Amino acid sequence: MARDLSVQIGSLTLKNPIIAASGCFGYGLEYAGSLDVSALGGVASKGLFLKEREGHPPPRIVETPSGMLNAIGLQGIGVHRYVAEKLPELRRLGVTNIVNICGTTLDEYCEVARVLSDHEGVAALELNISCPNIKEGGIQFGCSLTGTYDVVSAVRKVTTLPIIPKLTPNVTDVASFARASEEGGADAVSLVNTFLAMAIDVETRTPKLSNMLGGLSGPAIRPIAVRMVYECHQAVKLPIIGMGGIQSATDVIEFLIAGASAVQVGTANFVDPFIWTKLTDGLADYMDRHGIGRVSEITGSLRKNT
Amino acid sequence: MAVDVLAEILTNRALSRDYNVLGFAAPEIARLARPGQFVMVRPTSGNDPLLRRPFSIFEILRDDRRQPIGVSILNKNVGVGTSRLYAARPGDRLSILGPLGRSWLDVFADAPGHESWFVAGGVGLAPFLTLAEHTAADKRPMRLFYGGRSQSDLYYASLFEDLGASLHLTTEDGTAGEKGRVTLPLERELKARGGRPVTLYACGPTPMMRAVAALGASLHAPTVVSLEPVMGCGMGGCYSCVVKVSGADQHPHFVRSCLEGPVFDAKRVQWEALAH
Repeated sequence: MARDLSVQIGSLTLKNPIIAASGCFGYGLEYAGSLDVSALGGVASKGLFLKEREGHPPPRIVETPSGMLNAIGLQGIGVHRYVAEKLPELRRLGVTNIVNICGTTLDEYCEVARVLSDHEGVAALELNISCPNIKEGGIQFGCSLTGTYDVVSAVRKVTTLPIIPKLTPNVTDVASFARASEEGGADAVSLVNTFLAMAIDVETRTPKLSNMLGGLSGPAIRPIAVRMVYECHQAVKLPIIGMGGIQSATDVIEFLIAGASAVQVGTANFVDPFIWTKLTDGLADYMDRHGIGRVSEITGSLRKNT
Repeated sequence: MAVDVLAEILTNRALSRDYNVLGFAAPEIARLARPGQFVMVRPTSGNDPLLRRPFSIFEILRDDRRQPIGVSILNKNVGVGTSRLYAARPGDRLSILGPLGRSWLDVFADAPGHESWFVAGGVGLAPFLTLAEHTAADKRPMRLFYGGRSQSDLYYASLFEDLGASLHLTTEDGTAGEKGRVTLPLERELKARGGRPVTLYACGPTPMMRAVAALGASLHAPTVVSLEPVMGCGMGGCYSCVVKVSGADQHPHFVRSCLEGPVFDAKRVQWEALAH
């Protein structure tokens, strides 16, 4: 039967709903020697500030039950090197680039957005207002409703690219942040970023991460993320890009049913960098089994218990 | 280019209660591998532990006609992942991703006339066998300086001897070879080598590699180290395995060990910034 994996996120069309999550796939080129990166629905780049950033000293990750903590500290090459050194090759490969942008001030978000808007090959901007691992910027916007509104509406004024604020789960009511994003002029929201967390070496009584605190990701967080996607879907009309612990096509479909229009995969890519075709194949199989022609028919299709 | 192989375990040789050698049927990886590269092994298909573990490729396994059929790793049972690998049974299948990282040979171009001296501490022996085979094929002189706490930490030295390497074994308790650290004979032999040019290759505990790097610097022997930072993905995606090195402009910065390493010119490494 005719079955179409493409999805629409505002004005953005993705060839399938599976996106590599920011901070988990480098800039995309790291994987280009081993797999066809253009076959992914999209690549959310590692977060970019205006300038290069060094990040935190190691140890930067630690494993926990069914998950991991990270405190990378947004090491990155900055937007200018990205457009000069990465974007031309990404464009040549035909990658759908959802560029994740960061800032310590409103002006920085806007300047990074302007630079990217001036270059071909950027499909959308994901606003990182939710990184738990840096002291200034990012999450200070993402944990305040007015901050979220301010950064979304400020970036809205400087770009015509689709903008997708990435929301933190470290708030009481994530749906209110989706609403603030919608009011600010966002085209979609993505959620969830990682959960602020901590792990301690009991022998030495020291934190296992150099940054002390880190963000929890992986299958351990998936049910909470599904709940938050569901809550946002109830609260806003915006398309939602769901993520948090996805490891299988079943997990992808769970997020779609909860209300996501597309999903991102992060930690599972560390375990299996060739996961992408397994997920799209599994999704296609599900659609065939259930007689579904378009992915959007699955989005928000949760049924009530009878 | 890396491939992921759901590889059958061909052999599991227990060397002691701590060490074993696992052989995997992975001809694709064996064919691509170069000396000093590594693989990421998934200790289970489940979520405990979640992440893969990095291992130097120890041996290239070959069939009767010398065709590559797989690779082996030298495992030390120290945690949840490595204990599963210690207990793995022949016939089991585990995902093994590779080959990854740069080769020893990528750091310095082979300097003609240089002797290759390998300095290994314990499980740090793993990345040297492929380098020794390469060096033997080139018919170049080589030595292995191999140290451990005790006799039971030293394995497979004879494989290197068979390839023509001269051996300098040390143990801290004196149960095999010379008593003391591996840097003891290394320093003595470096000083006694006259004008012969030597390149040092080191892998082992960080303090050992740092000491070898210092000897190499003071005694004029270019030194390559194979570092073993905590690693999340092995592909450049996670930025967890960073090592602080000096760049072309000498300004120290973090680089991903999985892509720019695990082998580094020891002069570039900012040792005080390494996590232990």
